[in-house]
Amino acid sequence: MAWDSGLRRLMMIYLPLGCFVLILLFPFYWMAITSFKPNAELMNYKEHNPFWITSPTLAHIKHLLFDTDYPRWLWTTMLVAIGATTLSLIASTLAAYAIERLRFRGSPYVGLGIYLAYLVPPSILFIPLATVVVQFGLFDSPLALILVYPTFLVPFCTWLLIGYFKSIPYELEECALVDGATRLQILRRITLPLAVPGLISAGIFSFTLSWNEFIYALAFIQSGANKTVPVAILTELVTGDVYQWGALMAGSLLGSLPVAIFYSLFVDYYVSSLTGAVKE
Amino acid sequence: MSVTTLSSPALAQRQPSWLVRLFDYKPFLVVMCLAPAIGLLAVFLTYPLGLGIWLAFTDTTIGRKGIFVGLDNFQYLLTDSLWWNAVFYSVIYTAIATFGKFALGFWLALLLNNHFPFKSLLRAIILLPWIVPTVLSALAFWWIYDPQFSIISYLLVDVLHWRTSNIDFLGSPWPARFSLIAANIWRGIPFVAISLLAGLQTISPSLYEAAMLDGASSWQRFRYITFPMMMPILAIVMTFSIIFTFTDFQLVYAITRGGPGNSTHLLATLAFQRGIAGGELGEGAAIAVSMIPFLVFATLFSYFGLARRKWQQGEAND
Repeated sequence: MAWDSGLRRLMMIYLPLGCFVLILLFPFYWMAITSFKPNAELMNYKEHNPFWITSPTLAHIKHLLFDTDYPRWLWTTMLVAIGATTLSLIASTLAAYAIERLRFRGSPYVGLGIYLAYLVPPSILFIPLATVVVQFGLFDSPLALILVYPTFLVPFCTWLLIGYFKSIPYELEECALVDGATRLQILRRITLPLAVPGLISAGIFSFTLSWNEFIYALAFIQSGANKTVPVAILTELVTGDVYQWGALMAGSLLGSLPVAIFYSLFVDYYVSSLTGAVKE
Repeated sequence: MSVTTLSSPALAQRQPSWLVRLFDYKPFLVVMCLAPAIGLLAVFLTYPLGLGIWLAFTDTTIGRKGIFVGLDNFQYLLTDSLWWNAVFYSVIYTAIATFGKFALGFWLALLLNNHFPFKSLLRAIILLPWIVPTVLSALAFWWIYDPQFSIISYLLVDVLHWRTSNIDFLGSPWPARFSLIAANIWRGIPFVAISLLAGLQTISPSLYEAAMLDGASSWQRFRYITFPMMMPILAIVMTFSIIFTFTDFQLVYAITRGGPGNSTHLLATLAFQRGIAGGELGEGAAIAVSMIPFLVFATLFSYFGLARRKWQQGEAND
């Protein structure tokens, strides 16, 4: 009986789970292994087992770091992500505080309006936004991305932070009000410190989303040096008929690492805020 | 703790300056707090949205201001086989990918809802496809779909001997279409699974206990408890998924750029090709605007799904 249920558990849970993990992670394994394969092994499946490397090499990564603008692209991407995240966090913390804590007439509608903004996809906006960016003289400038990314970050963060502010008891603020604190003092000394976990998860989400963004960066940035990693890899490294798969995969791997590392540091916040946001 | 610090005598006795008093005036504070968010959204979202709709009715090109041409752009699109092709593929792409993501994601969520060791680690690992920038994982798929050196072909031909020739994943229309859909499903599974897992965990175990006492089979428990209890979250997550799958851009642009023979253009990639690469801003905008009816439909669906649960609207203290 016990053996039977153990086998059943194996077949019904562990086996499918194993398949899921295998399929979900395989592209990353393939990306990583290609990055360290010498060209001779890369295109020769007859003599070398493609799933393993016999003589790993750093040539692709070296090529990427020293023969291309890759470090510059990483730097630009980092700058854009940090700038857009900071801007969005400030704007959305204030907005969420106003909507959830100050409670004015019509605050639910403002909240709903900001939430609806999240549902406007970049694919609809990028053409008119390109003309706006040109009008502002920001074409080909990373500053354009820093200013434009909040359009999808602010709705998301505000919505996350509204949920977070909701979980902080009103009584704390009321006590402070009775004690004569101003509303700004309350925000700075009570509400914000208590909301730090929410701010961190909003920050992680914003950073990953900015790092991930593609269509605006593709449409607004022209010169090779100002491109962000995802765009640059696709437009600068993919050249000619013979693709340099080693360098391409190394570029993808290196471009994924910052987000993966950043995310792994805060994975608990991340999963709990994601599940929390849905549970609400 | 902080309450006691604030009530210190020094603070209570100090007369606030006019600036502090201004910030304590609630309407002013509300306006100041909302200004950055609303300002950013107005300049970079609402205004471009309106501008995009206006552009769709003009013949603007890059470098030349257009004039109002009425419905000309849309009339042209109706006669354009590439646009119809993009509508067709966008709908197929969204339908199959959404179905796949939800079927597999729901299954994964049910699996993760069991008890086993290293559960939180597994949950973290599983989110990876969703975290890593889409274009970068799309490049990995591009390499996996290589006509000559595809690892899938290698497995099927040289290891398993199920086929005699390599699969031409991206070289002809239907295989290319399904290859993209597979990559999209792969990317979407984690988000669906984690969101639905959160929903599963809100279902009270006593419901299942009661059903077990009544002799319900595991299928009946799924059909009559799990599924109906999950409906609100399913509706919300699905709306999001539909909107963002329908307007997807990155995956297609990175892997096929709409090829072979324009067979895998989504409306978004076609809009980019015409509007930015081709310089026909008016026509590109019209293609983008032609996505709106679909999105409005999906949003209304979402709104009623939300309204039913009074979810995150700020009005509910219940």
